[in-house]
Amino acid sequence: MNLNFATLTDLQKALRNRDVSATELTQHYLTRIDALDPALNSFISIQAETALDGARRADERLARGDARPLTGIPIAQKDIFCLQGQRTTAGSKMLGNFIAPYTATCSEKLADAGAITLGKTNMDEFAMGSSNENSYFGAVHNPWDPKLIPGGSSGGSAAAVAAGLCAASTGTDTGGSIRQPAAMCGLTGLKPTYGRISRWGMIAFASSLDQAGPMTRTAHDAAILLEHMAGHDPRDSTSLNEPVPSFSEGIGKDIRGLRIGVCREFFTEGLDPAVERSIREALAVYESLGATLVDISLPHTPYSVSAYYVIAPAECSANLARLDGIRYGHRCLDPENLQDLYQRSRGEGFGEEVKKRILVGTFALSAGYFDAFYNRAQKIRRLIKEDFVKAFEQVDVIAGPTAPTPAFPLGEKASNPVEMYLQDIFTISASLAGVPAMSIPVEFANGLPVGLQLIGNYLQEGSLLQAAHQFQQETHWHTLTPPEAL
Amino acid sequence: MSIPAGWQIDIGLEIHAQLNTRSKIFSGASTLFGQSPNSQACAIDLGMPGVLPSVNAEVFKKAVEFGLSIGAKINQESRFDRKNYFYPDLPKGYQITQMDHPIVLGGEINILRSDGTVKTIRVTRAHLEEDAGKSIHDFKPGLTGIDLNRAGTPLLEIVSEPDIKNAEEAVAYAKAIHQLLTYLEVCDGNMAEGSLRFDANISVRRQDAETLGTRSEIKNLNSFRFLEQAIHFETERQISVLEAGGTLVQDTRLFDPDRHETRSMRSKETATDYRYFPEPDLLPVMLTTEFIDEIQASLPELPSKRAQRYQTAHELSASDAALLSQDRGLGDYFDAVLTFSSNAKSAANWVRGDLLSKLKEHELSITACPISPKHLGEMIQLIDQGVISGKIAKEVFAALWSKQTESAGDYVRQNQLEQVSDASAIEPLIDALIAENPKQAADLRAGKDKLLGFFVGKVMQATGGKANPQQVNDLIRQKLSEL
Repeated sequence: MNLNFATLTDLQKALRNRDVSATELTQHYLTRIDALDPALNSFISIQAETALDGARRADERLARGDARPLTGIPIAQKDIFCLQGQRTTAGSKMLGNFIAPYTATCSEKLADAGAITLGKTNMDEFAMGSSNENSYFGAVHNPWDPKLIPGGSSGGSAAAVAAGLCAASTGTDTGGSIRQPAAMCGLTGLKPTYGRISRWGMIAFASSLDQAGPMTRTAHDAAILLEHMAGHDPRDSTSLNEPVPSFSEGIGKDIRGLRIGVCREFFTEGLDPAVERSIREALAVYESLGATLVDISLPHTPYSVSAYYVIAPAECSANLARLDGIRYGHRCLDPENLQDLYQRSRGEGFGEEVKKRILVGTFALSAGYFDAFYNRAQKIRRLIKEDFVKAFEQVDVIAGPTAPTPAFPLGEKASNPVEMYLQDIFTISASLAGVPAMSIPVEFANGLPVGLQLIGNYLQEGSLLQAAHQFQQETHWHTLTPPEAL
Repeated sequence: MSIPAGWQIDIGLEIHAQLNTRSKIFSGASTLFGQSPNSQACAIDLGMPGVLPSVNAEVFKKAVEFGLSIGAKINQESRFDRKNYFYPDLPKGYQITQMDHPIVLGGEINILRSDGTVKTIRVTRAHLEEDAGKSIHDFKPGLTGIDLNRAGTPLLEIVSEPDIKNAEEAVAYAKAIHQLLTYLEVCDGNMAEGSLRFDANISVRRQDAETLGTRSEIKNLNSFRFLEQAIHFETERQISVLEAGGTLVQDTRLFDPDRHETRSMRSKETATDYRYFPEPDLLPVMLTTEFIDEIQASLPELPSKRAQRYQTAHELSASDAALLSQDRGLGDYFDAVLTFSSNAKSAANWVRGDLLSKLKEHELSITACPISPKHLGEMIQLIDQGVISGKIAKEVFAALWSKQTESAGDYVRQNQLEQVSDASAIEPLIDALIAENPKQAADLRAGKDKLLGFFVGKVMQATGGKANPQQVNDLIRQKLSEL
């Protein structure tokens, strides 16, 4: 078995059969990280020692025949999840020295299920970005072509899985930050229903939009990981008190009769024709599997980016106010007074994109502008939600492109924020509505991965995973691996 | 201080009351006062990255109790907002508060003015929010310390309409709120610990002016005395500016009790834009009708109702009724005494007299009173039945207080303190006294009634206080008339 690109299901079997030990597997990935990551920069920190300790304990457990579902499986976690005693930076200089005193609920759940964390992955600073060029720790390179961006903001998590540096990873998605990098790196990435996974211990960007989720090689793997991340958490008031179904058990059923909505507004100008061809091809695969395609409209989709770029910055302007250099995080040298301490600590600690969004959010919330911006954006958000509610009366799943283009060269859009923001044009509406959505690899365009976005109704991650899994039973795109750099 | 002729004053108060929950409003950390700095602040109170608030349900209960007690409307959908500003003792850079959906809407508080009339002050709203920490300036030269123990302590901010017309009314209103909050046991009312703090919005206008004048907000007054002084100084300042032909600017001011003045902190032009918006980390909380009804049903009898009952059902004086109903524990104690003795007047005298002065002397609260209502009630019953005299009762009371006995009846029996009501035992004493003091006897007979006390006192002395004074009176008069 090729350990580099083995799926979770393969690894579970191999570990239980003692074909490979957890220690061997962990060491294998650590060695690959050492060798390949200098070129990719997908990790901010590596926890080799704790990972190997964990692996030893996993091997003892496996020897006792007492394995939990993820015992011995090495994963990577986006550096936005607090892990007790570990540095947690959110890709920012501001938190460059922050050691978290607690562990994020979903990371704790994964650890309880036996997963081993190899390290923390690179990301756009505070999850703000679509190219992973906004990290204080440097840009991440796409394993399919290091000249290209991996997508963002969970770019490090995507690159690490795509390059075979870990079995799976966690990401967070506020407006597309799991789905878009999954599409660009040829992975399966799932943003669950808002509230499915606790946000406790996950550094906030925009509280009403942030959702954690799995980034994996297959839909089956995503189902397994999701099962061990989801669940009600009293520490997060927005966490849903809903049972977590066994997603991995439900995905085997065929999808004959599944009604797939093809949303008109997702096939607009700006959509790369090559990407559109791949998406149409994927839809044809679904028809061949017995699904029915239904032409639908989500009429308020064109307003989603504008609404998002008011709501998300507004929330982040408050969420990031706690980073003031007083209690933890970066503090400027020799502040002259309080004002100076605030201005220089924040001025030095935050990168350009973060500052831009704090300014936009502060403006949108200020007296005299609140109604014109924040309230209007919330109105659009309600209309977008209603669009989805209506659409799901007709269809089970909505399909379309995840991103308008495949991965683009580093630096290409860095100077054009609007073009960069349009990367999320198809992913943002599901975030605003809070419905689950995922991206799966479909036919490549010009040798680069393309993602098909599947959007489901509230709490219907199961239907999404089933549709994705059935597609992956018929196609091989998710099995393709990037050329080895070594 | 009287208000200068031709002027009137309008005052609205914002009262910040700390709710006496054990844990904080959005975290499980303790609210204990007086602990070492930052020992009562958890990751949530410290505003660490990635942590989230969750609401302590107790605060809704306490806020609703207050709201129902002032006849307010309860907002069943309770939402929170973020109020954004930077300050070192505000860890998150925003305060979680209720801007658009205060839990309590409207309501009224009655105050008693010094001329004996009652005035109604309208409450605009009361909302829940979190307290900030404390900045301790110059705790070392040039350094400011931050203590976040107070951060996240639940506050109920009670906002009045500008119905208050002078300092006296302001203090009466503040005291009425203080009394109600402590009576409901939703706030410990400890002013020295900052459990109740006032912001006063003050404006003045000419007597004939129809609209309110330009107001100043005096922040953070932490005693009734400061509230009163601040209103005096501020109204004087405003009137003198206007009388000199000047104009006022709307501003926020600090009261300096040492220099007897208020100082401007910031004007309206430089005021912070708090950029309120709905708190996305907390979903709206729906208070059910059953929840509110249950609280309504369990509300204690309020001080005003209780005082009314004492006056009508027990015929107490207005001042006795008010005194016994101002404190819930005291009222409960008094009511309990009444279940053992139906003599309300006597019970009121004992409670407000001997009992309260003893409690005060020993700095005890009524709940820590060593005499149970039952024992006091039984003692009063013994007086009413003529078993002991009022004088002996003082001795019994002392014995009950010092826990020499658990029962007034037992103590009286064991110490043979029963009143001597047997005339044959007292008559010889009187005969002897009259024989020994013929002049006084004659004078008394002639109508010098003051001398009756002389004879009664002698008899009481001779019987060790056990004689029934009324009976002794009667017997002396009888003896003298027989002479």
